[in-house]
Amino acid sequence: MSMILLIEQLLNGIQSGLMLFLMAAGLTLVFGVMGLINLAHGSLYMVGAFACAGVAAATGSFWLGLAASIAAAAAAGAIVEVAVIRRLYARDHLDQVLATFALILIFSEGTRWLYGSFPLYLNVPAALSGSVTLPGGIQYSLFRLAIIGAGLAVAVGLFLLIGKTRIGVQVRAGEADREMIAGLGVDIGRLYTLVFALGAALAGLAGALVGTIQSVQVGMGEPVLILAFVVIVIGGIGSIKGALIGALLVGLTDTMGRVLLPPLFSLFMETSAATSIGAALASMAIYILMALVLIVRPGGLFGARA
Amino acid sequence: MSAAEIPAPRARRAAPSRETLVNAGLGLALLVFGIGAWLLDEPFLITLATKVAILAIAGAGLNLVLGYGGLVSFGHAAYFGIGGYTSGILAHHALNYTPMFEWPFLFEGSTSMPLIWLFAMVLGGLAALAIGALSLRTTGVYFIMITLAFGQMIFYFAISWPAYGGEDGLPIYVRNGFPGLNTLDPIQFFALAVAVLFAVLGLISMLAHSRFGLALQAARQNRQRLMAVGIRPGGVLLVAFVISGAITALAGALYADLNRFVSPSMLSWHLSGELLVFLILGGTGRLFAPLAGAGLYITLEHVLGGVSDYWQFYFGLLLLGVVLFARGGVIGFLTGGRHG
Repeated sequence: MSMILLIEQLLNGIQSGLMLFLMAAGLTLVFGVMGLINLAHGSLYMVGAFACAGVAAATGSFWLGLAASIAAAAAAGAIVEVAVIRRLYARDHLDQVLATFALILIFSEGTRWLYGSFPLYLNVPAALSGSVTLPGGIQYSLFRLAIIGAGLAVAVGLFLLIGKTRIGVQVRAGEADREMIAGLGVDIGRLYTLVFALGAALAGLAGALVGTIQSVQVGMGEPVLILAFVVIVIGGIGSIKGALIGALLVGLTDTMGRVLLPPLFSLFMETSAATSIGAALASMAIYILMALVLIVRPGGLFGARA
Repeated sequence: MSAAEIPAPRARRAAPSRETLVNAGLGLALLVFGIGAWLLDEPFLITLATKVAILAIAGAGLNLVLGYGGLVSFGHAAYFGIGGYTSGILAHHALNYTPMFEWPFLFEGSTSMPLIWLFAMVLGGLAALAIGALSLRTTGVYFIMITLAFGQMIFYFAISWPAYGGEDGLPIYVRNGFPGLNTLDPIQFFALAVAVLFAVLGLISMLAHSRFGLALQAARQNRQRLMAVGIRPGGVLLVAFVISGAITALAGALYADLNRFVSPSMLSWHLSGELLVFLILGGTGRLFAPLAGAGLYITLEHVLGGVSDYWQFYFGLLLLGVVLFARGGVIGFLTGGRHG
C-alpha cells in the first residue's frame, strides 16, 4: 500500500468525520439543552440536501443551493419544533423516539412523493472542481478539501458561539438548570426553538455537502443519524468537544478500517477470504470502537455521566 | 401466598377484568380472521393473519423488556434477523447437502422447525446477552442509541458477509417442516404460529406474575428501592433482555419460514422501530399490546397501502397523533383507562 493512498484516505476520514460532527453537534446540543432524543435529525439532513439540489437545479448556482439548504433545514427545524417537538420535552424517551420516528416516516414519504425514488446528483461548483496537489505530490479533490475547511470553520464558529456569546451562555445555562434561567427572564421557549433550528441548519449543511459528493436521495439521513448516535455515545452526550473528537474517531476508524483491514488479513490468509472477512469486520469497526469506549467509560469520553 | 396473587386486587379475581375480556376478544379475532379466510379459501388473507401472529410474537419479546422492564430497546431487529438467518442458514445447508461443519461432528443443517427454533432462541439469547451486558451499563437515552447502534452493526455485518447472500438475502426453497404438520398448507402454518404466539403470551404472563416479573417491574419503577430490598436491577434486567432476545429470535425464524426468504431487511433499524410502534399502538405494558398493535399495523398497511403508494406518510401522521394525544393505545381505548 502506497503512502499516497494512505494519506488520501486519512483526509477522507477527516472529511467524513467533520461532516459527522455537523450532525452530531446538533443532536448533542438538542439532547444536552432540551433532554430530547431526536430521530428526525436525519430527515433535516435530507431536507438540506434536497433543498440544495432543487435550488441548484433551478438557478444553476451551487452557492445559492448551499444557502437554501441551510435556510430550508433551519426553517423545517423551527416549524417541527414549534408544531411537534416542544410537546415532547416533558415526555419520556419512548414517546420522543416514537414521535420522531413518525416524523421520519412523514418526511421520507413526503419527499418521495415530491421528488420520486430516484437519486438526484449535484454538480461540484466550477471554482472547486478538479484536484489540487498537496505537499508530497498527493493529488486530492479540491471540493473534499474545501469540505474539510468548511467543517473546521463551522466547528470553530460553534465553539465560539457556545463559549463566547450571550446565546452560548444561555444555552450552557439551559443545560445546567432550565428553571433557573427561565426565572432569570430568558424566554426558554424561544431559546429551545433557536437551538433546534441551529442544529437543523448544521444538519442541512452537512446534507448538502455530502449530497454533492455522493447522491441526494430519500433515506440518506438515517445511516448518518445512526453514525451520529455512535459519535455521541463515544464522545459523551451534551458535549460539543466530545462530539468533535468522537466524530473524527468514527470517521477515521471507518475509512481506515475499510482500507487497512482487507490487506491486513491477506497477510495470513488467501486473498478472497481476507477481502470478505476484512470487509465484514471493517463494517463493524466503529461499533467495536463504541463497545470498547463503553467498557472503559460508560458515560463517553467527555460525558458528565451516563 | 403465591407471588401471582400479590398484584391482583380482589375485585379482579371475582370477575374477569375488562382488559382480560379485551385480550380474549383480540385472540379470538385473530383466530376467527384466520379460520374465516380459510373457509372463504383466501390463502393471502391467511398469510396476512399469520404475519400478524408472528410479528406479535416479536413484539411480545420486546414488550417483556419495554413494557415490564422499561428498557427502550431500539435494536430488537437484531434478534429478529438472527432468528431469521438461523432458519435460513440451517435450511440452506440441509437443502444443498453442504455440511455446515464436519468437526467435531458432522452437522448438515436442518429443516426441522423445533430444532431450528431451539438454535434460533439460543443464538438470539446469546446475542442479547452480549449486547445487553454492554448496553445495560448505561440507561436512558444512551441505552436507546447503543441498542440501535449494535443492531446496525449486525445489519452491516449481514450485508458485507457474502457467504449467505449478503445484500441479496437467502431464499429458503421449501418451508421447513414440523412433525405431524404440513407447513406448506397456509392454515396449518397459521395454526402453528398462533399456537406459538399464545404459548409465548402465556409464558410472559406467567413471568410477569412471578417473583422475577415483579422484580422486573420494580426495576422499571424504582431501581433504588429494588436494590434496597436486596435485588440487583442489572441482573434482573439482563435476564429479561436475554429472554426477550430469544423470543424475538423465535419470531424471526417463523417469519423467515413465512416468507421463505431472509434478507438484511429483517435486521434493519426500521424494523426495530416498527416493533416499538406495535407496542405503542397496542398500549405499552399490556400483555396483548403486541397483538393489537401488529394487527392494527398490518391492517393499516393493507388498507392504506391500497389507497396510496405513500401510505407511510399517513401512517406517520396517525402515529404522531397517537403518541401526542392517545397514549393508551388500542387496548387503553377499549378498556377505557390508562395502565398503571
